[in-house]
Amino acid sequence: MAQRHRREPEIPLAKEALDAKGESLTALVNEVFSEGHDVEVGVAVDEVTLTVQPTSLPDICRLLRDDPRFDFDYLRCLSVVDYEDRLEVNYHLFSLDKRHKLVVKANVSPDDPVVPSLIDVWRGANWYERESHDLFGVSFAGHPNLVPLLLYEGFEGFPGRKNFPFHDYDEW
Amino acid sequence: MINMGPQHPSTHGVFRLVIWVDGERIVKAEPHIGYLHRGSEKLCEDELYSQVITLFDRLDYVANLNCELAFCMAVEKLMEIEVPERAQYIRTIFCELNRIASHMLFYGVYGMDAGAVTPILYGFRERERIQSLFESVTGARMMHNYFRVGGVNEELPDDFEQRLSKLTDGLKQGIDECDGLLSQNEMFLARTKGIGTISGPDAIAFGVTGPALRASGVLEDVRISEPYGIYDRFDYGIPTGSQGDCWDRYYVRVEEMRQSLSIIDQAVNQMEAGEILANVRRIARPPKGEVYIRTESPRGDFGVFLVSDGTDKPYRVKVRAPSFCNLQALQHMLREAYIADAVIILGSIDIVLGEVDR
Repeated sequence: MAQRHRREPEIPLAKEALDAKGESLTALVNEVFSEGHDVEVGVAVDEVTLTVQPTSLPDICRLLRDDPRFDFDYLRCLSVVDYEDRLEVNYHLFSLDKRHKLVVKANVSPDDPVVPSLIDVWRGANWYERESHDLFGVSFAGHPNLVPLLLYEGFEGFPGRKNFPFHDYDEW
Repeated sequence: MINMGPQHPSTHGVFRLVIWVDGERIVKAEPHIGYLHRGSEKLCEDELYSQVITLFDRLDYVANLNCELAFCMAVEKLMEIEVPERAQYIRTIFCELNRIASHMLFYGVYGMDAGAVTPILYGFRERERIQSLFESVTGARMMHNYFRVGGVNEELPDDFEQRLSKLTDGLKQGIDECDGLLSQNEMFLARTKGIGTISGPDAIAFGVTGPALRASGVLEDVRISEPYGIYDRFDYGIPTGSQGDCWDRYYVRVEEMRQSLSIIDQAVNQMEAGEILANVRRIARPPKGEVYIRTESPRGDFGVFLVSDGTDKPYRVKVRAPSFCNLQALQHMLREAYIADAVIILGSIDIVLGEVDR
């Protein structure tokens, strides 16, 4: 089908809307990670984001969990987003006591995606990591049992990724 | 080594559990999931925002409206939509009713797991009443597709308030009846007290949420810790347990039903006439960005991570399913348990495989 030619509409960006807790957390993150850390602090709508190098993930996450000022004891969610040129691993953290939230992000290349496993930090990361390995092919170094969780054994390809077709693939 | 499932009447779906035993004791347990994996998250990327709601219905198929709510809230947050007051109240009433329906199902099948046949009849009777009310409004007993980005689909029928007050009266009585039938039954106590314990810190480390976490004595409820919608306008309690055993996980849910009824009563009294849908374009195009929403579903912290690239379809949707994380803790709860208790421990987590496997 021929593509219709028309001007691409400009895509607006979501507005930042940090609350008071988010503001103070941003200040704290900037203070703690000011020197000697290769990190980037940002904002996604109402959440503070912290983009880190994949290799430094375990150290930073352990600090985020153990430092009483952060106290991130609860891993809300682990997800992978495929941006085609990179895979972004997101760790959504929450502190049950302080009730503030943070997103830790790490970017890896889609050809050789390796991220250190965080099972030692949050035990709940176990199945999330197996799931992400299943659907996106991200390897979590140090995971004791990285076998398929949602897919059956022997499934070829990574169905979560953008290059996996919606239709026209071989079903068993 | 014993294999349980995938087709087993007490696994509440298609779920397989491999158990290594030493005599009567469980040494190790390995859950196998994925039999119901439909790729819902991937499918969302190929649908319009309004169509995705139908997919969310099918995640947690006994608490459909709670799932719909989470997705609608995520889009609303990204688009900065103000939901009209009346729609907020309707949503709250329906979500709490759905919570009671879900817990009633749990009550029934949990009694069944423990070997009591009568509770399932009582539980299903109450659940059926709620579902017939849903049917009168949304047109479906399950899979309602009722919530919309910016509000709800249809105005309530004229006789809704009478029907609701009749229903809540019946439920009040019904919950007491159910409670009296099973909770203090000596045989039920013997089967559930002190079985499958998990401590608060362990539960947090595993990412356990909802009634299963509160049963371990941790006061955590998304409606309190991160209030969404209009939950800050109501006065209600959050029941917690102390032992973190099967009975606590059961009884927290029974108490929660009473609290949900109280929320419904307050919401009905506060509700006024008004708009039910914000002025939103039929085809939503949220701005580019990402948002994470947490809601308290009957099973726990139901999260939606939504990434938008500015088009009319989501770029990525990730569902944080509470059952998925709660199920992880099963291995921990089963350690050192007797094999006869495996079913009752599994039942106490109240998993829904539709949302575990997505």
